[in-house]
Amino acid sequence: MEILYSIVVAPFVDMWTSPVFFSEVVISGVLTGVMYSLVALGFVLIFKASGVFNFAQGAMVLFAALTLVGLMEHGVPVWLALILTMLVMVALAIAIERLMLRPLVNQEHIILFMATIGLTFFLEGLGELMWGSNVKMLDVGIPSESFEVGGILLNEFDLYAAAIGAALVTVLAVFFHKTSVGRALRAVADDHQAALSVGIPLKTIWIIVWSVAGIVAMVAGIMWGAKSGVQFSLSLIALKALPVLILGGFTSVPGAIVGGLIIGVGEKVAEIYWGPLVGGAIENWFAYMLALAFLLFRPQGLFGERIIERV
Amino acid sequence: MRLEKLVIAGLGALIAVTGVFSAEAVAQNEQFIPMLVYRTGPYAPSGIPVANGFRDYYTLVNKRDGGINGVKVTFEECETKYNTKLGVECYEKLKNKGPTGAALVNPFSTGITYQLIPKAPVDKVPILSMGYGRTAAADGRVFPWIFNFPTSYWSQASGFINYVAQQEGGLDKLKGMKIAHVYHNSAYGKEANPTLQVLAEKYGYKLTMLAVDHPGQEQKATWLQIRRLKPDWVFMSGWGVMNQVAVKEAAAINYPMDHFVGNWWSGSDADVIPAGKGAIGYKSTAFHFAGTGFPVHKDIIKHVYDGDVAQANRNNFGEVLYNRTLVNAMFGIEAIRTAMQKYGNKPMTGEQVRWGLEHLHITEGRLKALGMGGFTRGFEVTCADHETGGPIIVQQWDGKKWNMVSDWVPTMRDVVRPMIEKAAAAYAKENNITPRKCMG
Amino acid sequence: MFYRESGQFKSSYVADQAIFPIAQDRWFIFAVLAVAYLVVPIVANEYWLQAVIIPFLVFAMAAIGLNLLTGYAGQLSLGTGAFMAVGAYATYKLVTMFPELNVIAAFLISGLIAAGVGVVFGIPSLRIKGFYLAVATLAAQFFLSWLFNKVGWFYNYNPSGTITAPPRMMAGIMVTGPEATAAVRYLVALTLVAVFALAAKNLVRGRIGRSWMAIRDMDIAAEIIGIRPFQTKLLAFAISSFYCGVAGAMTLFLWLGSAETEAFNIDVSFQVLFMVIIGGLGSILGSFLGAAFITLVPVFLTNAPQMFGITMATDLQKHLEVMIFGGLIIYFLIVEPHGFARLWQIAKEKLRRWPFPY
Repeated sequence: MEILYSIVVAPFVDMWTSPVFFSEVVISGVLTGVMYSLVALGFVLIFKASGVFNFAQGAMVLFAALTLVGLMEHGVPVWLALILTMLVMVALAIAIERLMLRPLVNQEHIILFMATIGLTFFLEGLGELMWGSNVKMLDVGIPSESFEVGGILLNEFDLYAAAIGAALVTVLAVFFHKTSVGRALRAVADDHQAALSVGIPLKTIWIIVWSVAGIVAMVAGIMWGAKSGVQFSLSLIALKALPVLILGGFTSVPGAIVGGLIIGVGEKVAEIYWGPLVGGAIENWFAYMLALAFLLFRPQGLFGERIIERV
Repeated sequence: MRLEKLVIAGLGALIAVTGVFSAEAVAQNEQFIPMLVYRTGPYAPSGIPVANGFRDYYTLVNKRDGGINGVKVTFEECETKYNTKLGVECYEKLKNKGPTGAALVNPFSTGITYQLIPKAPVDKVPILSMGYGRTAAADGRVFPWIFNFPTSYWSQASGFINYVAQQEGGLDKLKGMKIAHVYHNSAYGKEANPTLQVLAEKYGYKLTMLAVDHPGQEQKATWLQIRRLKPDWVFMSGWGVMNQVAVKEAAAINYPMDHFVGNWWSGSDADVIPAGKGAIGYKSTAFHFAGTGFPVHKDIIKHVYDGDVAQANRNNFGEVLYNRTLVNAMFGIEAIRTAMQKYGNKPMTGEQVRWGLEHLHITEGRLKALGMGGFTRGFEVTCADHETGGPIIVQQWDGKKWNMVSDWVPTMRDVVRPMIEKAAAAYAKENNITPRKCMG
Repeated sequence: MFYRESGQFKSSYVADQAIFPIAQDRWFIFAVLAVAYLVVPIVANEYWLQAVIIPFLVFAMAAIGLNLLTGYAGQLSLGTGAFMAVGAYATYKLVTMFPELNVIAAFLISGLIAAGVGVVFGIPSLRIKGFYLAVATLAAQFFLSWLFNKVGWFYNYNPSGTITAPPRMMAGIMVTGPEATAAVRYLVALTLVAVFALAAKNLVRGRIGRSWMAIRDMDIAAEIIGIRPFQTKLLAFAISSFYCGVAGAMTLFLWLGSAETEAFNIDVSFQVLFMVIIGGLGSILGSFLGAAFITLVPVFLTNAPQMFGITMATDLQKHLEVMIFGGLIIYFLIVEPHGFARLWQIAKEKLRRWPFPY
């Protein structure tokens, strides 16, 4: 009885009796969620346009951040380093399209997925080979002071991150829906062959998508890298983005954001109010379980395209 | 396509041929020490200074002293990526190198140490897991081949409590205090828990244990809990990226950094630098000094780097973990030297080095002679006690370097030793080991 | 001329439906087994057995398991590591709770436990497909490793949470624990793998295997012809997890000797999936070839510079190694997306008439 009470009642009582702390938990969940969304976005972009589940997104985050920080360490000013890193990511996208995607066109999804894991290894090795494995401090000038509003502690850095995330999503959403390139992207996502037959240059589209994903990876790399220093572990945040991805749906940009928020808030609330009952550190699997629970009701994720099967 | 398939076939054949290893010529008057390093992967930021420290000290022994009593030290690095499976592979590869096989192995990873503990008595290669690994291995009667001096995780945790008591004005002041332990959710991170629990019962402080899952990039929930709990002290057993994020998050919730103490694997330069200003005031335990002000450092600059300070600095010269491995390498070398006093000045086998480790007596005079006077503390290993429960010291980060802010803080032998013996006995029972008798 | 099946007549359906209907295949299997049992233990040194061959066998077992699920039944799973962990922890608990229990029996019981866990985590597969399912199986991965790390009962409350294979004898010979020689552990592992590979081969040619393949190729169509997707998919999860569980027990008892949950982390799941894809989806032989590739290539790359007399910094070498490994994987997928098993098939075709042109 007591166990049941501590699981079913006590956490809610706790939330009710200290609403300030509860709102702080929710806000921190929202802010963390935006950070997850930043990584998940890159996955969505590529899956949408080329049907590739790009596991290398995490490695791209690491690679972009390493390149940026490496350039800055060599005395390149921030703005120039940002531009150069973007160029590197575009070059990378071209190389990937040429050497990997083109020869693998029309292969099964799982083969392409495996190829991106190969790419992960390659990028991790290359990034560290070029810039070394030491922790590098990344400071692009975003302030990180904490301040209190009505008893709720906020950190400037988190707010900036959320703002940047929101801006990025808005830009991408506009890009997808209002520009002709965006329309072409959606056409390719719908049906490769039909898109080709109406004259959409598939290869160019792929390069554009991978470049955009590379730039999104760079932004994610800056935000995460500023928190923990730029180091190998950055490539592991891909695992944090996967539940966001399945919850939101592989093909939806807004899904990545909403999914990120649900996962972020869900795992924080679970960890803080239910975690202590079972010894803590439940965040990781809870995110996946939460996503799984959603999937049982909507197998294509919240905003994913409906899977229609015909015999 | 045909050419490509041929390439595949060729590659396959090449890999198959790898089976034939060429035997190497072995110089006879050399002492081989394997080096399991991790210069790549998620834990590389900690692994690089460690690897450089070992390499520099062995090179110093060869160049300054002409080896150990005339026997040159040779070593070979093998990359483990801090992965236990690769670690075992490396160990298997290196354990029989050199004229007498591996003298001893320094795994520098708690996970790999656990793997090697059962192998040590079979392969006759002693393990020096200095301040890490299985704490129960301090009971030399059950673990004759494992050494974890000068002090262990459990001793360290008790030393931390002693330090808190010193700061608060006595052990009786601990009653009713709140102490949180933030730990890496792995075999390593959990080591300090039992000690902290036992001491919580004894001294009446309230202990909260907060686990952080590997790799630990996201710790907002943990630090929100700490913000609400407002513990008087926070102790951390972290490793890798977890340390950097924890320091940063602690600063973000305005936790008083001088009440946040990391264990000795959470207090290196790489842990605090990414956190910038926020890390100022952060403390960690250690069992040796930081910095480059000791004669051994001058010797390294002179003999290893030919006076090139810039090059040395690129190799993590004087960082906390670098210094720690100088101490570790020194212990190994001195154990070999001790063994030579009994067996003669020739390359030692693993079995002889084990004897040397067990009879290792580091005196203050010996430390001074090695250029390490005041750098760390002396101790004496015995047959039953492979840990010695040495004191700890607390260092604090001032934004540029680590400074010592305490005297040597004693550990609680009376509490820790019975726990060690109990855990060792349980291990012995589970694995059908009959503990050996120790005289005296 | 080496691989001609002409002249081998079958006079009964039984003979025609044998596991290896062609004589050359049978001889080949016997030859491989003979070499594996008689030559390898004598020739291979401890490093090779411990660091290369035993891991190869363990991974071959896991790869067969995953291949049954992914290659035959078409269910993508990234939970292999977790199911291996179930096998390892279950065996550890069984062996320490009942010291008299035969180790091999403990392996098999743990396999059954892993199968049960696999069924539970396979339930979502009825509704979720493809990559969604793959990511959903990660829930098993993270949850189970958390569970084994957190609940003291699973590791007998020892302070560090590491499990160690206790020494156990079989027929007077030490088979597990530090005293067991690499050769003995190798032979035990080899026997297990040989028996279970044969069982798998047998399984996939029968009714169960066929229903799996029907589900894989199009589950709606399969359902229409009377295959129950729920039972079939769950059976695939159960049998696959059984193999993975035994592989996990082998990891702990025959290979590593002691392990924590990190030994069964997500990297293991990916590695096994790699083996299955590089080896060839839907091929038992492919599982072996894939396991050989993934375990041998890194060892080869690590030792290659030394063999050619090149010395380079450890980290540089490791970075290059990782890059080359990644590049090789992409290259293989481009050249032969159907894996080694397909290459083997092509080789057999060629051998049929070689060296005569036609």
